[in-house]
Amino acid sequence: MRSLIRRRKKDVPYDPAPSRLGYRYQRLMLTPGIRTTMRIGVPVLLIAAISASYFAHSENRAALTARIEAAKRGFQERPQFMVQELQITGVAGALASDVADVLPLTFPVSSFELDLEGMRKAAEALEAVKSARVRVGQDGALEVHVSPRVPVALWRDANVLRLIDADGVVSGRVQTRSERLDLPLIAGDGAEQHIAQALALFNGTGPLRDRVRGVVRMGERRWDIVLDRDQRILLPAEGPVAALNRIIALNSAQDMLKRDVVIVDMRNAQRPTLRMSEEASLAMRRGVEIQINNGADE
Amino acid sequence: MGDLYDSQRAMRQMRKAAMQRGVVAVLDVGSSKIACLVLRFDGPERFRDADGVGSMAGQSQFRVIGAATTRSRGVRFGEVDAMQETERAIRTAIQAAQKMADVRVDHVIACLSGARPRSYGLDGTLDVSGGMVTEQDISQVMANCDVPDYGMDREVLHAQPVNFALDHRSGLADPRGQIGNTLTTDMHMLTVDTTAIQNLFYCIKRCDLELAGLASSAYVSGMSSLVEDEQELGAACIDLGGGSTGISIFMKKQMIYADAVRMGGEHVTSDISMGLQIPTATAERIKTFYGGVVATGMDDREMIEIGGDTGDWEHDRRTVSRAELIGIMRPRVEEILEEVRSRLDAAGFEHLPSQQIVLTGGGSQIPGLDGVASKILGQQVRLGRPLRVQGLPQAAIGPAFSSAVGLTLFAANPQDEWWDFEIPADRYPARSLKRAVKWFKDNW
Repeated sequence: MRSLIRRRKKDVPYDPAPSRLGYRYQRLMLTPGIRTTMRIGVPVLLIAAISASYFAHSENRAALTARIEAAKRGFQERPQFMVQELQITGVAGALASDVADVLPLTFPVSSFELDLEGMRKAAEALEAVKSARVRVGQDGALEVHVSPRVPVALWRDANVLRLIDADGVVSGRVQTRSERLDLPLIAGDGAEQHIAQALALFNGTGPLRDRVRGVVRMGERRWDIVLDRDQRILLPAEGPVAALNRIIALNSAQDMLKRDVVIVDMRNAQRPTLRMSEEASLAMRRGVEIQINNGADE
Repeated sequence: MGDLYDSQRAMRQMRKAAMQRGVVAVLDVGSSKIACLVLRFDGPERFRDADGVGSMAGQSQFRVIGAATTRSRGVRFGEVDAMQETERAIRTAIQAAQKMADVRVDHVIACLSGARPRSYGLDGTLDVSGGMVTEQDISQVMANCDVPDYGMDREVLHAQPVNFALDHRSGLADPRGQIGNTLTTDMHMLTVDTTAIQNLFYCIKRCDLELAGLASSAYVSGMSSLVEDEQELGAACIDLGGGSTGISIFMKKQMIYADAVRMGGEHVTSDISMGLQIPTATAERIKTFYGGVVATGMDDREMIEIGGDTGDWEHDRRTVSRAELIGIMRPRVEEILEEVRSRLDAAGFEHLPSQQIVLTGGGSQIPGLDGVASKILGQQVRLGRPLRVQGLPQAAIGPAFSSAVGLTLFAANPQDEWWDFEIPADRYPARSLKRAVKWFKDNW
């Protein structure tokens, strides 16, 4: 029979059985949740604690930031990434220097610091620039390709002459009409929104072209063509080009516009109307009176 | 009895929970060793790597992922004798198996070999009066079995319906849905000592484990070491353990009788120890190395050093011939087998159509045992080894592990016992809806 008296540890033969505590500990360690915690949670916690205690000091934080910055700069400022010059293509002269002025650059600069989208927007913000493409090309050159706005007409708005392109966008201004005699002049309220129509009218003038001073938008719905000698052709809102063609036909048949006519009113297609100048109407009336008088004499 | 009925039901629930978790341990608490196997359940046919080999007896749905054996301490005659020692031994086995499996085990299914099992054959009758047999009828007919007075200090360990008969048709495995007048059932009930179960229960609880099932060692070793046709035609499994020898008789794949002889291999060892005046450990070693039960002329000349460390040269240089050793072992083995014979006779084993006897357990490894056993038990004796299950280590495939392996089969698919069927309506609480429905059915 086993002795009931508690023996000293040394005398007890080796017992392979785990102690109750050891057994419980092993079972705890085999529990899935605890195992995951020990495998993932504890290392993560340890790393977090160590790094937190290190970065609790501000000089450590600053040192890390400085180090990162230095590494970043060292990489970005390698010669392969440096931009040395600016190449503007597509335009020349004043516009090119305008574009160069709006790009805030001091060379050399790292290509990581370039805000290409911002530069493109800055270039396109210029009136005379229709679109711009900006890229860092080979050999450290910043290539800016500018497509300028092509003015198709002069637009007079409150005594200011503006250059206007086919989309109706103002692309610059001129001091006098004589600077751009090659462009037609348009005027009137809302004229800039109907550039295509104005240009069609202008191109349709044909033989009258030398005499056209400009086209004027009237009441934001129809056009007048102003000729020299203060002549005016009033065109209808509907089908102005057809009406203009009729006038050109009339003019070539009867030299209508060479006569002393002030206004050719084509607004009513059924009833074209002429207004003569005051002298002409007086002279005509006088001629009629002479004829009447002559008739009375007979 | 109702108490145990409920506790058995609770254990079944626990087993279901363990299945869902997928890990369960089986624990064979024997007198000479405690074996623990950790099983992982992953659903059927999970571990089938090639076509062609079908599932064997349903054991392919689990895999043994941990196995450990430790010398049993504090267990005598298959019953817990010293609680602390047993608890330590269980802890050792469980810890080693857990370590091998690398998974925590919370549920354990245990078997015990002793505790004086006693078998009862019960029968019950129910009048179903031309109706269809329902689940409720089956539980009712089992409740109608007249249970003998088996004593206050005993518990029902197994209560399995062995046979159903409907009118004149007998041998029905599943009478549900059939139509007849009288439903009768034969039930096999196995009772064991309450104290033995309670002690084991307490030891397992002290190890922070939940008991998810309890089985008789004789029954589970029969499940693992009898082949299918032996179970079908009738056979007895003799589990020669360390402290007790289990006997189970199977017929039509049902256990119909179980018993235990309170003698085993340890008695042989103690005989050697006493006969040769040597310590038990040496006796055990000599038994396993040189033991036998049939002496030949060669054995007279084979001398065994039995040693000793007293310092007395004459005493420490003793030798004994193997024939002498066999002369000590044989009477005890014969005594055990005679006792088994008398138990089998008492059970009416000779009336079975087939009288196959299978010897298993650690004691069946004695050389020449089958010859002696066939003289005592009858001609049809063979040595049985447990079924092979997935993942069982090489060290645990011997006949000594037949009850541990059988317990894995028991864990994987236990036979339906009484408490697995529906609770009969009159056992329900007084205000149950089912009870009201039954009253209406009976009285309308």
